[in-house]
Amino acid sequence: MSAVQTTSQDDTRKRGPLAEVFFSLLRSRTFLVGLAIVLFWVACALFGERFAPYDPLADDIINALAPPSREHWFGTDQIGRDVFSRVIVGSRDILTVAPLATLLATVAGTALGLLTGYFRGIVDDVVSRILEAFMAIPVVIVALLAIVALGTSKTTVIIVIGLSFAPIIARTVRSAVLAERELDYVAAAQLRHESALHTMFVEILPNVIPPILVETTVRLGYAIFAVATLSFMGFGIQPPSPDWGLSISSNYGMIGGGFWWTVLFDALAIASLVIGVNLAADGVHGAFND
Amino acid sequence: MTEPAVAKNALELRDLSVAYRVAGRNRAVLRNLSLTIGQGEAYGLVGESGCGKSTVALTVVRYLPRNGSISGGAISLDGQDVMKLDAEALRRARAESVSMVYQDPGKALNPSIRIGRQLTEIFELGGITGQAATDRAIAMLNRVRISDPPSVMQRYPHQLSGGMQQRVAIAMALANDPSMLILDEPTTGLDATVEAEVLDLIAQLRRELSASILFISHNLAVVSNMCDRVGVLYAGMLVEEGPTEVVFNDPRHPYTVALLRCLPRGGQRKDQGRLDTIPGFLPGIGAVIKGCAFADRCALADDRCRTELPPLYELSDERGTRLSRCFHHDKAQSLPRATPADVAPAPKPASAPVLRVAGLNKTYASHGYPLRAVKDVSLDLRPGETLGLVGESGSGKTTFARLLLGLVPPDAGGTIELEGKALAPKLENRDDDQVKAMQIVFQNPDSALNRSHSIRHLIGRALKRLAGLRGAALEARLNDLVRSVRLTDRHLAVKPRQLSGGLKQRVAIARAFAGDPRIVVCDEPTSALDVSVQAAILNLLADLQSKEDVSYIFISHDLGVVRYLSDKIAVLYLGRIMELGPLEDVFSGPHHPYTEALLSAVPKLDQTETARIRLDGEIPSATNPPSGCVFHTRCPRKIGSICEQQEPPLAEAQPGHSIRCHIPYAELARLQKTAVAEPA
Ligand SMILES: Nc1ncnc2c1ncn2[C@@H]1O[C@H](COP(=O)(O)OP(=O)(O)OP(=O)(O)O)[C@@H](O)[C@H]1O
Ligand code: SF4
Ligand code: SF4
Ligand SMILES: [Mg+2]
Repeated sequence: MSAVQTTSQDDTRKRGPLAEVFFSLLRSRTFLVGLAIVLFWVACALFGERFAPYDPLADDIINALAPPSREHWFGTDQIGRDVFSRVIVGSRDILTVAPLATLLATVAGTALGLLTGYFRGIVDDVVSRILEAFMAIPVVIVALLAIVALGTSKTTVIIVIGLSFAPIIARTVRSAVLAERELDYVAAAQLRHESALHTMFVEILPNVIPPILVETTVRLGYAIFAVATLSFMGFGIQPPSPDWGLSISSNYGMIGGGFWWTVLFDALAIASLVIGVNLAADGVHGAFND
Repeated sequence: MTEPAVAKNALELRDLSVAYRVAGRNRAVLRNLSLTIGQGEAYGLVGESGCGKSTVALTVVRYLPRNGSISGGAISLDGQDVMKLDAEALRRARAESVSMVYQDPGKALNPSIRIGRQLTEIFELGGITGQAATDRAIAMLNRVRISDPPSVMQRYPHQLSGGMQQRVAIAMALANDPSMLILDEPTTGLDATVEAEVLDLIAQLRRELSASILFISHNLAVVSNMCDRVGVLYAGMLVEEGPTEVVFNDPRHPYTVALLRCLPRGGQRKDQGRLDTIPGFLPGIGAVIKGCAFADRCALADDRCRTELPPLYELSDERGTRLSRCFHHDKAQSLPRATPADVAPAPKPASAPVLRVAGLNKTYASHGYPLRAVKDVSLDLRPGETLGLVGESGSGKTTFARLLLGLVPPDAGGTIELEGKALAPKLENRDDDQVKAMQIVFQNPDSALNRSHSIRHLIGRALKRLAGLRGAALEARLNDLVRSVRLTDRHLAVKPRQLSGGLKQRVAIARAFAGDPRIVVCDEPTSALDVSVQAAILNLLADLQSKEDVSYIFISHDLGVVRYLSDKIAVLYLGRIMELGPLEDVFSGPHHPYTEALLSAVPKLDQTETARIRLDGEIPSATNPPSGCVFHTRCPRKIGSICEQQEPPLAEAQPGHSIRCHIPYAELARLQKTAVAEPA
C-alpha cells in the first residue's frame, strides 16, 4: 500500500456540472415547493376525472349557481356544473397548450439564437432587427392576426405564443453563443472543416443548454399566463372545455350578482400554477448561477 | 537592524494548519506550516499549483474564503497575534500594516471608478482629504514610476495596460506604508519586459521602504532574483527552506532538485537532451499523508519514507541555515532522472521549405483608424524545423499565427505557400489536405477543448475529419495517438474538466497531430502549466517532431522555452519582424537592440549576467506607430534623428540572419560586447 493517497484531481471536481445542478436543485426549497405545485396540477390534468366527484361537463339546471356546500365544495355555475370538478379537470388544456407553446418558442428561439450568434455580421443584423420589430408588436395584435389567418384553435394559440416568445429566447441564446464563439474550440472546429451546422448544433449547443433551460422555465410561467389570458378573451381554447380562463370569461358577469365562487376558484388555480412554475424557474436559475 | 530592541519578526507562522470544507468534509491544505520572515526581509514561497501558496497569503490576513478555516497554529504579524484580533483590530491591521497584491490587477481595481478616486479613497480612510489626498496619490503614482500621474488619475482601469494596472495596484498596496507586503504571483500575467519592469520596481521599493515581503510565485527564476530566502512548499508543508542562492544552487530536497531540473537551463536545446520531469501528481487536498508527502514521486524513496514523516532537518554551514524535510537530504542531488536525457538524432533540414510566407499584412480597423497588426512579414520554414516567434504582447504573434491558419484573412497582396502551393487566404477555400496540414495547439486548453465532449470524442472526431478514418481503423489510430502523447485508455471516457492542465494540453496536442500535419502552430502551449508539466509537454513536442518530421511555429514569452525548442527565431515588434535568424545567432548576438532588451529582461536562475537593459514605457499603439524605426521611442541604442525619420530595412547581416536597424552589424557587435563586459 502506498503511504500517500495521490489523486490527480480535487475531489470537488468529480461530479459532473449537470449532476451538480441536479443536487443543488434537490436542496433548493423554492424549487421543490414550485415543483410540488406543478406536479399537483399535472396529476389533476392526467387523472382528474378519476377523483372529480362529478362529470365536469354535466349540467344540472335545477342546481344552477348553488353556493359552496357539502355536495358542491366550490358551488355550481350558471348551468349547474360542479365548479370543483371543473377546476380539477380544467388544468388539462392549459397544461398542454402552454408547454407546447414554450417548446415551440425554445426550439425556434434556440435556432435563431444559434444562427445570429454564430454568423454574426450581416445575418445577425438583419435577423436581430426583424426580431426586435416583432417583439415590439403586442401579443394581442399577433393573436388577432393569427386568428384571422388560421381560425381559432389550440394550434393557433400554440403558434401565437410560441412565435411571440421565440425572439426573447433567441436573444438569450444569441448572447450565450456570442461568448462561446470566441472560445478556441470553435476555431478548432473550423480547422477541421466542420460545417456550420455541425459547429452550431454539436459543438456550441451543448454548452449553451444551461441558459436555455433557465429561460425556458421562466417563459413557461409567462406562457401559462398568456394562454389563460387568451382563452379569457375567447381565443383558442373553446367551450365546453372546463379551462380556467374560459370559465372565468363565461362567468365573470356573475360576480356582480354575488356568485363569486364561479370565478374565484379558477382564478386561484391559475395563480397557483403560475406561482408554482415561477418558483421552480427561480430554483433552476439559482442552481445554474450558484 | 540598527535597533536591536525591535528584534521581533515581521511575520511568524507557527504550526499553521488550514482546511477547506468541501462536500461536507474538512480537507487539509496547509499542514503544520512554520515560517518566519524577518524585518525588511524578502521571503519567496515556491511550489506547484495547488500546493497552498495562495492559501498562506490569505491566511496571514485572515481573508480565507468562507469554506476555509484555520484548524491550528498561530500567526503573528509584527508581534501581534492575528488570531486574537477582533474585527476592528483586524480591519486596522489590514488597512495599515499588511497589503496584498494579486496576480490579477483587475481584482484590486474597481473597473467603474477612476484611478484617482480609488487612490484618494485610501487616504481618506486614513483621514487625509481634499488636495492633500490628491497630492499623496500623485506622489504614490510617481513612486511606482508612472509617467504623467495627473492624466492617469483621470482614467479608468481598462484604459491602462496590464503592466500599468499592476503598478497602480502596487501603488495602492503601498499607500499606507505597510510593514508587510504580500505579493501573490504579481507578474504572472505580464509580458517578460513588463514583468522585468515591475520586478525592478519592487526591488527598488524594497530599498526605499522598510517593508518585509512575502513573495509568492511558481517562477523559480523570478524568486531567485527577488528574494533573500526561499521556502519550497509541497502539499501544504514546507519541504525546504534557506537562503535563495544556496537553495537554488545546492538543493537538498529531491523535490527542489526535480523542480530545478525541469527548467531548460543554460541555453539547453532539444537536440542536446530531454528535460527532466516529475512523474505523478501533487496529493489532492485533504489527502491522508502517512510518510513523506513526496514519496510517491520520489525515486529515492524507501520504506521508511513511506511510513514515517521526515522531520525538518536543520543543515547549517557557512552559507547559512537551511531546512530540508528529507531523510536522504545528503544525497538529494543524486536523484535519478525521471526521463532519460537521450534523444533521437535531429532531422537534417536540407530539404525545400514546407512553408513560405511573403509580404504578409493584416490591417484591422480600430475606431475608424487602420491598425497594422502584421506588417510585411516574409519568412520560410523547413520540414522538421521550429520557428520561435517572440515579442511583447500586442506585437502580432497570435495574429500572424491566425493568418497562416486562415482563421483571419490577410490583406490582399501577400502570399502563403504550403509545399510549393499557394494557400487561399480564407480557411473555407482551402482544400481538406491543406487544412489538415496546418494545425494549432492553443494556449488555453479550457477554451480549446469543447467541455461538453469526451476525450474520445475530441480526438476521434479529429481523426475522422482530418485523417478520414472510420470504424476499426479509427480505433486503432486513436489508440496509437493516445499512447504517443502518453495518455492512457482510462482518460478517454472523461470530459476535459476531469483532467489536469497538463493532461488537457496533451489531448490538444493529440488532436493537432490527428491528420499528420506538416506544420503545427503552438501558441504559448505551456504558459498555463507548472514547470514539471511544462517539461513533459516540451519533451513530447520535441519527440513528436523528431518522429514525424513536423515543423513548429512556436510562440512563447518564455525565452528559455523558445530556445529549447527552436531552430530559428523571428522577433516581432508592432507587427514587424525586427530580427530573423538561426537560433544561436539571434541569442548569442550581435542582435537587434530590441532582442537585446528582451533577452536581458528575462529573470535568470543563475544571476551571472550583470548587464541589464530596460525598456521604458509602454509598447506604442499600433494604430499610430512611431515614425522611422518603430522601436525608436524605446530604443536604448538609438543613434539619432535618422532613427526617427527613416524606417530601416530588414537587412541580411549574415547569411540567414537579418536585422532591422540603422546600426551596422559590426557596430552592434562592438556595442553589445562591451555591454556584457561592463559591470552593472
Ligand atoms: N475555497 C476553496 N475551497 C476548496 N478548495 C480550495 C479553495 N481554495 C483553494 N482550494 C484548493 O486548495 C489547494 C491549495 O490552493 P491554493 O490556491 O492555496 O494553491 P496555490 O499554491 O496558490 O496554487 P496556484 O499556483 O495555482 O495559485 C488546491 O488544491 C485548491 O484547489
Ligand atoms: S524523505 Fe524519502 S521520499 Fe521523501 S523526499 Fe526524501 S528521499 Fe524522497
Ligand atoms: S534603427 Fe535606431 S531606433 Fe531602431 S533599433 Fe536601430 S538604433 Fe534603435
Ligand atoms: Mg495561487
